[in-house]
Amino acid sequence: AMEDVSAKFVSQKISRTRWRPLPAAALQPPDIFATGSWDNEDNRISIWSAGDLGNAGLNGEYHGEPHLLCDIQHNGDVMDMQFLDQERIVVASSTGTVTIFRHHQNNQTLSANHRWEKAHYHVDQDTSCGGAACTGVVCNNPEIVTVGEDGRINLFRADQKDAVRTIDNADSSTLHAVTFLRTTEILTVNSIGQLKIWDLRQQRNEPSQIFSLAGDRVPLHCVDRHPNQQHIVATGGQDGMLSIWDIRQGTMPVSLLNAHEAEMWEVHFHPSDPDHLFTCSEDGSLWHWDTSTNVSEKPSFLHQGGRSTTYLSHSTINQSVVSAWLSNDPTKDRMEITNLIPNQTLSVNSLDVLGPCLVYGTDAEAIYVNRQLFA
Amino acid sequence: DTVPPQVVPGADSSSRQLCFAWGPAEVLVCETLFGRAGGAEGRAGAAARPLMDSVAGTEDGAPSSSRVFVVRRDQDIYIQALRKLFNESHGIFMGLQRSEEELAGKSRKAQLVQVSKNYRSVIRACMEDMHQAAVSTRDPALQGQYSTQVSILSAMELIWNLCEILFVEAATAGPLLLRLLDWVRLHVCDVDSMVREVLSSESPSKHKLFWNVVDVFVLQGRMDEARHLLSKEASANPTSMNMYRTLDDLMKKMPVPSLSNTQTLTELELKWQHWHEECQRYLQDGTFASNPHMESICKILLGDEDAILEKKELMTTWYHFLVTRLLYSHPTVKPMELRFYAQSSMDLFLGGESSPEPLDLILMAAFEFEMHQVIKECSIVLSNWWFVAHLTDLLDHCKLLQSHNLYFGSNMREFLLLEYASGLFSHHSLWQLGVDYFDHCPEYGRVYLELHIERIPLSTEQKALKVLRICEQRQMHEQVRSICKIMAMKALRNNRLGSALSWSIRAKDAAFATLISDRFLKDYCERGCFSDLDLIDNLGPSMLLSDRLTFLGKYREFHRLYGEQRFPEAARLLLTLMTAHIAPCSFWMTLLTDALPLLEQKEVIFSAEQTYELMRCLEDLTAGNPDKQKLQDDDIETTKVEMLRLALARNLARVIVKEGTVEGS
Repeated sequence: AMEDVSAKFVSQKISRTRWRPLPAAALQPPDIFATGSWDNEDNRISIWSAGDLGNAGLNGEYHGEPHLLCDIQHNGDVMDMQFLDQERIVVASSTGTVTIFRHHQNNQTLSANHRWEKAHYHVDQDTSCGGAACTGVVCNNPEIVTVGEDGRINLFRADQKDAVRTIDNADSSTLHAVTFLRTTEILTVNSIGQLKIWDLRQQRNEPSQIFSLAGDRVPLHCVDRHPNQQHIVATGGQDGMLSIWDIRQGTMPVSLLNAHEAEMWEVHFHPSDPDHLFTCSEDGSLWHWDTSTNVSEKPSFLHQGGRSTTYLSHSTINQSVVSAWLSNDPTKDRMEITNLIPNQTLSVNSLDVLGPCLVYGTDAEAIYVNRQLFA
Repeated sequence: DTVPPQVVPGADSSSRQLCFAWGPAEVLVCETLFGRAGGAEGRAGAAARPLMDSVAGTEDGAPSSSRVFVVRRDQDIYIQALRKLFNESHGIFMGLQRSEEELAGKSRKAQLVQVSKNYRSVIRACMEDMHQAAVSTRDPALQGQYSTQVSILSAMELIWNLCEILFVEAATAGPLLLRLLDWVRLHVCDVDSMVREVLSSESPSKHKLFWNVVDVFVLQGRMDEARHLLSKEASANPTSMNMYRTLDDLMKKMPVPSLSNTQTLTELELKWQHWHEECQRYLQDGTFASNPHMESICKILLGDEDAILEKKELMTTWYHFLVTRLLYSHPTVKPMELRFYAQSSMDLFLGGESSPEPLDLILMAAFEFEMHQVIKECSIVLSNWWFVAHLTDLLDHCKLLQSHNLYFGSNMREFLLLEYASGLFSHHSLWQLGVDYFDHCPEYGRVYLELHIERIPLSTEQKALKVLRICEQRQMHEQVRSICKIMAMKALRNNRLGSALSWSIRAKDAAFATLISDRFLKDYCERGCFSDLDLIDNLGPSMLLSDRLTFLGKYREFHRLYGEQRFPEAARLLLTLMTAHIAPCSFWMTLLTDALPLLEQKEVIFSAEQTYELMRCLEDLTAGNPDKQKLQDDDIETTKVEMLRLALARNLARVIVKEGTVEGS
């Protein structure tokens, strides 16, 4: 519900928000998150504490508001950002540079730990070399994979100075996002509606599989893989459509779900409760897709959001065997979709979910934390 | 009316002539080489050649070279801490535009008052942040800056609040006074620290400022607090208990207007008259004569101007004096009577010692219900357009400004919104907010948006996509094309043919798609293989965008069929490319050469009819070529043609034999 959301205006447009991963067997909900800004003369990486809910009693809202722990200047727009571990964050820049920042928790400072200058670049007609925006980064400590407007794929190791592997001209159009499929395989999406699998063990500079949208080649902007069932992949497109793919079969999406009215910037399965999926968009909305509840049985916790709740027909034959995301029998089951931000006007560029907590950032220069997603 | 002159710091207007050029949100001012003494001739020239002069100056590199200044019209846009104000109020503004006009009378008014309060709470939040920043910074310059901003924001909120009472809520006699009292209590905070100090002391009644605090409470009509304090003093002085009791009783009985409609104004006036007479009696029979503090309080209760004016320091402003005066002399003041009391209060309070400041004049204009004057004065005094743009928009939604049209066509609301949004667009990051403001300017918003959006630098594809989305949602076809073209050109320069093509497909720019297709074909001719197969193989329906793109896609399909050894299909496609004129003539020779290996296959692939057509294509090409001479001069070309003719003739012979055999049997 809206009253559980705390907001803070931060005087910079937020392009990325990421929860710091929790240590193994942590009992506490997440508290620390990082943000990156874009389109500022002076862009920044900032570390925030979501604020202690337990302290909210006395001075109520002040304590509930996220507060800044430390920040550092970043050269160029922050295009993407990923925690490598508890302390290090990998940041993709519009200048083509990829930087690892270290968060020193003892004295609350940030410092640049390692930098790959112009990891992405164009070679133009005058053969002078200009940086090309690095659009996506994904980490699997110590490995880091980046993609960019130059259609290049880089594989780095956090402890090595040079790239372990580079695939030049891997894609003739812009690569918008990347994620790990398995430890040696990655998924990329591009600006002509293609989803590609790359096997980094193979020396061939070509994808091992190409999937694509039928009809108009609508650009894909984001991709995420089901945390438990690795063959299920979700992507979001320029038209706001959510596509679910089963990479074991076919070359086209299993289902296309009408969602946002403009670019879908991020899609995330809930890491520990993958029946829930979250998407955000240029149209200023953030949607929660829930396949877990049989809506007729129990009232939903998100139902209070009200008007915007809709039910999409969706189904399973046997939920324990076939994931709700892949079924396409419209009569048996339903998907509940709720817009978590009514009346927002400017783009929601990024979201992240961890445990019961959601954090998102907007072009209206605000960050929002919802700590009771499943209250 | 004239606007006060603006001084451009650093520009030397004493020895050099200054000239300027208007920009969308900025003014370029530059120094020219014309001396001031240049006279009429010099002045005329300066207008014509300002930029050339300054450019010449910079080329010299001499220290005396002319400089160009960028003068921004909305300097507050660049204050970091105010970005919260701009962003949060944007949401309120959008809510107001969406709000339902159909809501009738009271609920509509309640809605508008709520919007006004929301705007004020954003100003207040910003003020608090700024105050916090001022306290926590160690840099004295920065501290000064923050403090200035705090006082500007506080003045803005003061004006807005008064406008809310008088215009938005349009409080009527009775409630009007209560609202004005709230307004004074909220904004006259100079005495707050004194009140805190006295209240927190061990024994307030012994404090030297005790009576000052009691006076402050009385002057602000905070009767309960004043009586509470007085009771402490009373218990310390049992001898004058009766006097205290009398004053306390008077203060308790004072009739005040109520917000509910339970009592009529006449009832109130009657009660008030009684109470007033009672106060008068006690004063005249000398009940308080032994205590000058209490006597003066009684005089204040009676609305004695001199007694109230004696407490000038405790009121600090003339408008506090005004409200106190109204409270004790004219509690049922009507909105239209305010102007007389306001003017005389200001005159009495300032007493000819000091002249009114801009803030005083703005508040005076509000008390006079001169809404346009308020907005005009604020436009001149404040260093931002935020305030006047949002206030005017709100007043416009209250239907208070409709009759006022400006001489250049659009109304004042729109004019101010355009100014504000233009300021936002001149800012590196805030331009996105400006879009929605332009959207709600029916007259010129669209044109402004078109002009401004083209100036947004497209640093990344992501940003370009955001700008593009704005244009597409508003059917700004011209801008959509221009953005896509810029991005396609960039991609082309970076040798990113695939990206370039997807940008021109998005803009449905056939000419550019043709250009890129030609680049692909040229690359193919030079290298003998296609680049960017992942793209060409997946053109889909976008292939139909341009003839050349169609050809590119089909030609690649031919190669695939050939590679998959589906020769008859490949042959049919190849022929269609020429006979249906899908292939450009310049490419026919390449296509015919591609036919060679098919003609040389063991199996006969081209039928007799197809072979005739191939021959006709070849003849058309050689005969129809206007530059026949050149073709024949070229040895390789001649050889090619001869080889083709031979291969075609052989194929024809084979196919006649084959077809004859098949038909015969």
